[in-house]
Formats: sequence, structure tokens, C-alpha cells
Amino acid sequence: MQAPILDIRNLSKVYASGLLAVSDVSLQIQKGEIFALLGPNGAGKTTLISIVCGIATPSSGTVSVAGHDIIGGYRAARTLIGLVPQEISTDTWESVLATVRYSRELFGRAPNPAFVEKTLRDLSLWDKRNERIMSLSGGMKRRVMIAKALAHEPEILFLDEPTAGVDVELRRDMWALVHDMRLRGVTIILTTHYIDEAEEMADRIGVINRGKLILVEEKHALMRQLGKRQLTVQLAEPMQQLPAGLRDWALVLSGDGTQLQFSFDATAERNGIPGLLRRLDELGVGYKDLLTQQSSLEEIFVNLVSERTGTSSS
Amino acid sequence: MTGARFNGRGVWAIYKFEMARFRRTWLQSLITPVITTSLYFVVFGAAIGSRMSQVNGVPYGAFIVPGLIMLSLLTESLSNASFGIFFPKFTGTIYELLSAPISAFETVLGYVGAAASKSVILGLVILATASMFVPLKILHPVAMVSFLLLTAISFSLFGFITGIWAKGFEHLQFVPMLVITPLTFLGGAFYSIDMLPPAWRTITLFNPVVYLISGFRWSFYGSADVSVGVSLVATLGFFALCLALVAWIFKTGYRLKN
Repeated sequence: MQAPILDIRNLSKVYASGLLAVSDVSLQIQKGEIFALLGPNGAGKTTLISIVCGIATPSSGTVSVAGHDIIGGYRAARTLIGLVPQEISTDTWESVLATVRYSRELFGRAPNPAFVEKTLRDLSLWDKRNERIMSLSGGMKRRVMIAKALAHEPEILFLDEPTAGVDVELRRDMWALVHDMRLRGVTIILTTHYIDEAEEMADRIGVINRGKLILVEEKHALMRQLGKRQLTVQLAEPMQQLPAGLRDWALVLSGDGTQLQFSFDATAERNGIPGLLRRLDELGVGYKDLLTQQSSLEEIFVNLVSERTGTSSS
Repeated sequence: MTGARFNGRGVWAIYKFEMARFRRTWLQSLITPVITTSLYFVVFGAAIGSRMSQVNGVPYGAFIVPGLIMLSLLTESLSNASFGIFFPKFTGTIYELLSAPISAFETVLGYVGAAASKSVILGLVILATASMFVPLKILHPVAMVSFLLLTAISFSLFGFITGIWAKGFEHLQFVPMLVITPLTFLGGAFYSIDMLPPAWRTITLFNPVVYLISGFRWSFYGSADVSVGVSLVATLGFFALCLALVAWIFKTGYRLKN
């Protein structure tokens, strides 16, 4: 296996206030991977990203980017990193083109008008290149932030809540951009509240809560392992109560008596469905439809976080 | 880019960015100090100066020129540098600077270089303006330029420190308005400290601005309130102190990093 492009080991961050924002986090990300970091507000996602990017200082632990320590070899490490922060922070009086050129040069890159033009065109900003940022809409400002992060051709791109508060069109463009970046071999680490975004884009998912990385898993494996599937049996006739002959299955009868719901493990060798259907036939319980559903990543995430915080999950 | 290479493009990017702000606000940056200086000449040079004898053998109108240039140089260096670094903190764009492969020295070079450049340009504009009101002579031009540069750089460093320390715009105003301006007025900008009673003269010698103005005035007229060597040492000392403070800020991340 290749050496990870991002290697975080035993990273902790305690703020001056005493808040433990990141607690003994270890994480390895491979080159070209799309990694989604999920977690509730205040979980430590932004602090973790800020440390890797050099905005916050770690209390303990190490981080290396393509083998370069973020402190000892900060120049080489930071050259490889692009960051789109959560907040829209731009130089409002600058033009779009000037601010993107500034970002490129700040990172030590030689001017490359062709690359800057392509980046701006990819983000539908070329027509606005001479406009001052203050005159742009919120969505356009978000695009400028992305263009600035891409201006120095980073190999790792951090997207901190990239589509928070943006319109559907930009969200779709963002997803397309991420796929395009992936084709170019760029490693992408994104934090998001939109679980469908992680589900759509990520190869692996990490869940952070109260500063601890409580889970890192390949997305499909995570959904297989933790995702429950549910069979809904649409009954031909409503029933008042569950027949005694069905008690071997953990069935739930809907309030109006028209549906039976059965949760099962899709990966198990014997999931119980054939037996259940045979028993329904034997008991003369008719059904007109069968529907299976898999837990969404959102349900998995909510369950994980609530389990760790000790609250009940739905 | 290798690990230890100087990020000259980054420094140049910061410098150009700051100078672009200067160009955008040239009316405020240049015209306002020129008008203010002209008003000083009208009030002190023409109205009051006409009733005053020469000071240390120099006509009063010409005597106040170095002090006036210093007054603008100090306040503008401070304001430009403090605003330059405070504004990214205020708007949040500081994230880009902190995440860029640029060292503390390079960052300071970009910001302080730009602030000092603006102040020197301003100082020269004021000098040109002054020459329209009074006959000027510069006996030691190399020393004049050296004092001008050293003071502009030192106070730009001081402004950089102020900008990092400042939590709001009122903090930004505090140092130039309530510290620098009074010290400059009381530092011999408009008079020779030899004109003060002995007790006040002794107290005035604790004012660091006295040494800046005195040294600068010496470069014009060859006479000074304090020895030019002492002025130079005091200016260099202030410069070293500011450098040490900036180094400490970047080492600790004071008000820059969490």
C-alpha cells in the first residue's frame, strides 16, 4: 500500500479555555481519495482541518502531508494543500481575477494566466473576473473561495462545509468539480452536514464527535455493516394484532394494521425473509406488496452519534 | 518549491496587494496629509512663525519641516501597517495567509515593506510640499534618507504589532491618536527642546520621538537637540525592539492562531 498523502497521528487540541476540541485523533488518507468527515456542530471538524492547514496549532500529535511534517516542513506541506473554509471571507474591494492571482502567487506559484482562466471558467466566474467581489452574490462569492483554493494547483483540497447555504445549481457544480478534481488525482477531504453529499461523493466516511474520531470506514462497507434493511409487507387485509405464529420474527404492526415491518441484516446468510413469507402463506395472511429499504447514511450517522452521547436514537 | 526556499512570489503578492489598496485610496492616502501639512505651514509657519525668531539658526518655517515630516511618517507608517494586518483578521481572510507556505519573516517583509513604502512616498510628497512654502536645505542627504527609511520601517513594524494586538477599530485608533501624536507634538516637532525649562527638558528626553526628530533634523540643518549618534542608537534600539516583538508574536501565534 502507498504511503498516505495525509497522515495524522495522535492529534489533540486543547484551547486556552480548556476545551478539548480534538482528542487523540489518528487518521490516514490515501492519495486520490475522497474522504467525508461527518459530525455535529462543535464536534471538532473545523479544528482538525485548521490544524492540518496551519491555522491552528496542535497541542500534541503529528501531521504530515506527503511525508512533510506540517511544522518542520510547513512550506512543502502547505504548498500541497488548498482550503475552502466554512465562512465566506474575501477581499471585498478586489476583483475576482486579482484575488485569484493573489492566492496563486501567495503560495509561491508562478503566474499562469491559462490555468487561472480555466479555473474561473470551470466555476462560471470568467464573465465576472473584473467585477469587485463585493458586488457578487453569496453563491458567487463561494465560487471565488473555491477558485482561490484551487489557484495554486493543490494536491489535497479541504472543503469545510462547501455547500452550506448555496443554491442547488452551485451544489451540483460543486459535486461535478469534486469528481473532476478526483480524475486529476486530487485528494479531497470534506466536512458536511449534508449526509447525501457524503453518500454521493465520498469513498470513506469518518465520524467525529466531541473531538474523538469514533469511526472511519469505507462508505459501502459502513452502509453494509451498520445499515439496516427493512422489509415492509403491505397486507391485503388489515389485522388487529400479530398472530401468535409470527412471533418468531421481530415484526412491527403499523398503527392502522395495514403493514408489517421487519428489520433484517442483508449481509447475513439467513435473513429470515423466505421463512417469514412461507409462514404468512401458511397462516393465510395475504399481502399485496413487498418493499425493502436500506438505512441512509444520515440514519447511520444519527444512530452513531446518539449512541456515543448516550441519547436514544430513533 | 523546496522546504527552505524563500517565497519571494508570496512576499511580492502581499506587497502588491497592499500597494493596490494605497492606489485605490490615493486621495485619502496622499492628498489628506498634504492638505494637513499645508495647514500646519499656514498656522505655524506663516501666522506664528512670522512672529518668531530663528531656532538654532534656522528660520522657524524651515525648522518645523523635519518634525512635520516625522509626524506624518510615524502616524502613517503605524496606520498603514496596523490596518494592513488588522483588516484580514477582521474580515477573516487571514486564514489564507496562515495556511500559505510563507514564513513569518516573509509575511512581515510584505506587509511592513508596503507600509514603509507608502510612508516614504508620503514623506517625500510632504517634503516637496514644504519646499513650496519655505527654502529647504539638506546637509546630509544620505543620513536624511537613512533616518526616513529606518523610522518608516520601525514604525511600520510597530504598526504591524498594533494591528495584531488590536481587537477592534478603536484599538487601531488608540495608538496613533493617543500615543504617537502627543509624543510627536511633545517631541520637539515644532520647537527645540532647548527652549524648555530644565525640568521639562529632562522629562522630554524620556520621549523616544525626540531622538527620531532630532536625528532627522540634524540631517537637514546639521544641528540637533541631542547627539546624532544617540538618535541613531535610539532609532536602531526601537527597531530591534519591534523586530523582537514581531518574532515573539509569530513564535507564539499571539492573536493570530488559536
